[in-house]
Amino acid sequence: MSVTYIDAIHAALEELLQEDASVILYGEDIAGSFGGAFKATKGLADKFPGRVLNAPIAEDAIVGVGMGAALGGLKPIVEMQFADFGTLGQNQMCNNAAAHFYRTGIPVNLTMRMPCGGTPGGGPYHSQCLESVFAHYPGVHVFTPATVADAYYMLKEAVRIPDPVVFMEHKFLYRWLKADTWLEADPLPIGRARIARPGKHATVVAFSAMVPEALRAAEELAATSGYELEVVDLRTVKPLDTDTILASVARTARLMVVSEDFPWGGVAAEVIARVATEGMHLLDAPPLRVTAPDTPIPSHPDLWKAHRPGYENIMAAARYLISL
Amino acid sequence: MNEQFLQEPALRAYRAMVMARAFETKISALYKAGKIFGGVFLGRGHEAVAAAEGVFLRKGYDVYTPFIREQAGRCAWGDSVLETARSYFGSTQGISRGRDGNVHWGHPHEGTLMPISHLGAMASVVAGMMLAKRMQGITDAVGVVCIGDGTTSVGATHEAANLIAVEKLPVVVVVTNNQFAYSTPNASEFACKSLADRGRGYGMTTHECDGTDFMQTLATMQRAIAAARAGEGPQWVVAETLRMCGHGEHDDASYIPAELKAAYADRDPLAVAQRQLLELGWITPEEIAAWEEECRDEVQRSVAQAQKEPTPRPQDEQWVATAWRPER
Repeated sequence: MSVTYIDAIHAALEELLQEDASVILYGEDIAGSFGGAFKATKGLADKFPGRVLNAPIAEDAIVGVGMGAALGGLKPIVEMQFADFGTLGQNQMCNNAAAHFYRTGIPVNLTMRMPCGGTPGGGPYHSQCLESVFAHYPGVHVFTPATVADAYYMLKEAVRIPDPVVFMEHKFLYRWLKADTWLEADPLPIGRARIARPGKHATVVAFSAMVPEALRAAEELAATSGYELEVVDLRTVKPLDTDTILASVARTARLMVVSEDFPWGGVAAEVIARVATEGMHLLDAPPLRVTAPDTPIPSHPDLWKAHRPGYENIMAAARYLISL
Repeated sequence: MNEQFLQEPALRAYRAMVMARAFETKISALYKAGKIFGGVFLGRGHEAVAAAEGVFLRKGYDVYTPFIREQAGRCAWGDSVLETARSYFGSTQGISRGRDGNVHWGHPHEGTLMPISHLGAMASVVAGMMLAKRMQGITDAVGVVCIGDGTTSVGATHEAANLIAVEKLPVVVVVTNNQFAYSTPNASEFACKSLADRGRGYGMTTHECDGTDFMQTLATMQRAIAAARAGEGPQWVVAETLRMCGHGEHDDASYIPAELKAAYADRDPLAVAQRQLLELGWITPEEIAAWEEECRDEVQRSVAQAQKEPTPRPQDEQWVATAWRPER
C-alpha cells in the first residue's frame, strides 16, 4: 500500500501537463511553492512554467476563464478550492460551458476539479457533495471516482473527453484511501459502473466515499449473518449506467442506494426513479435510500459522524431490506 | 485628433450603422406583424459605440462579444445581417439551428462568442480566450467585452474585470451607459459619480465619451483598442447615450421621462454621424442615399433568404447535449 487517492490525482495532473501542451491548470493558491489547499498541484508550477496559474478569489470568473481558454484551443483544468464554492462557478459551468455544445455544435473541453465531501470538522461549507446539482444540467458529465485507480484514470479521461466534466474528488479519500498503484491494466471505460463486490441478497449502489463504506458493510454483514451484498460503484453519476444497476437488481431483487449527499432530488433519488420506472418487476421489496439527513452538514466530529451515512447505517439498512 | 486617419474606419463604421438600422427597422416591423418568435432587441442609440468597436477589430484574430444592442458592431466586424436573420428565424443554416435565437449568436472560432442571458458572464470567457492567445504566443490581439450600465452591477462583471486587470490582459471593456437597465434608471443602479470610477478602481486605463457623438466615439475607441493592442493593458471605456427604444420591442419604454427623450431628439447617432461626415466632406448626400438603398436591399434579400431556409424538424432532433457519449 504505497500510494494514495491524492497521489493518483497529482500523478494524473503531472502526466496531463507532460503529455499535452494545451493542458493548463487554473485556480486559487495552486501555483508557487504552495501547490493548492490539498497539495494536488504541488511542484507542478515549477515543472511547467506558465501553465499552472493562480487566480484571484473569483469562482465565477475562474470557470469562465476556463471556458474561454477551452474555446481558444486549450484544455484547462480549473480547481475549486472546495466543491462547496463550486456553486459560485455553477452558472459558468452549467449555463455557459455545458449549454455550449447544444447551442453551437462546439464542445467546451473544460475540467472542473471539485474537492468534495465531508471530513471531521469540515462543517457546513467545506463538506458538501453537490453531484446532483451539477448533474441536473444538460451538457455536463459528472465523475465520482471511489478508488485510487479511478482517481487517476478518470481524471485523465476527463481531459480527453471534449465536453465539460465536473470531477468530484473526495477529500476524505485523499489520504485515507491507499493502493499499491494507481495503474490498472484494463480500466473500465467511462460511463460503466463497476461491480465492486459480487453478492446475491441485495444490491447496494454507491459512489465516491460511500463505496468503501458499502464494501465494509458488505464484509461485516457476510461475516456476521452470511448475507451477501452486491456493491455497485457508479463511478460516474452522469452518465448513469442504468444497465449495470438493473442487471444487478435482476440478480438480487433488492435495492439500496447510498449517498453522502442531502436526500432531496439527489443521485439516490435518480437511481431509484430509474429502477422503479424501468425495472419495478425486478424488485421483491421497496427500494431503500440511505443518505445524509436534510440539514446542513454539522461541524462537530460526533455530529458529523451521525450525519454522514457510514457502514453501520448501511448494515442496519441492509438487514431491514433483506427482511422485507 | 488626427481626423484624416479616421476617414477609412469612419466610413466603414457609418456604413455598418446604416446597415444595422435598416436591418433593425425590418426586424421590428416583422415583430409587430407577429412574424418573429421570442423577443426583438434593437440598438437605437448604441450604433456609434457598437460600430466603433467592430471597425477597429480584426475578424478571425481578435475577440468580440457583441451583446443585445451591438448589431452595428457585428456589421462593422464583418458579419452579415443574414446571420442575425437566421438566428431570429431559427434557420438550420445558422449556428444555433433554432436551439437558441434572436441576438444570441456568435462564431467562437471566428472570435465572436455565443452570449448567454446572464449579464456579465461573457467577460471572463473573453479573459480566458485572451489568456489562451497569450499562451499561444499571440500578443497583439484584442478582446472587446460589451456591457451596459446594468451589467456593471453584476458580480460576474466585477470578478472578470478584476481578473483581467490582475492578468494585464489586452481587453477593452466597453460600458455603454444608456441610462436604463430595462426600466431601472442609473440612480437605482449605482452610486458612484461616473461608471469610469469603476474602471479606475480596477486599475484600468479609463476613457469617457459621448456615445452619440460619432467622431468622438470613434476616436476614443480607436485610442482604447490601439492601447490594448500595443500591450498597455486593459482599457475601460464608458460611452454615454440614451436607449432610443424599449428594452425589447415588447416594451414601450414609457418609464423614460419625456424631457429626457426630448433632450436626445437631435442626438440619434446615425443623424449625428451623417452630419459630421458631410461636414468633413468625406461623404456626399448622394452617396448616403445610395448606401441606404443598398443596405435596405441587402436586408431585404437576407431576411427573405433566412425566412426561406429550413427550420429545425422536431422529428430529426436527437436530444443530445454532449459531444461524447458512453459506449453501450
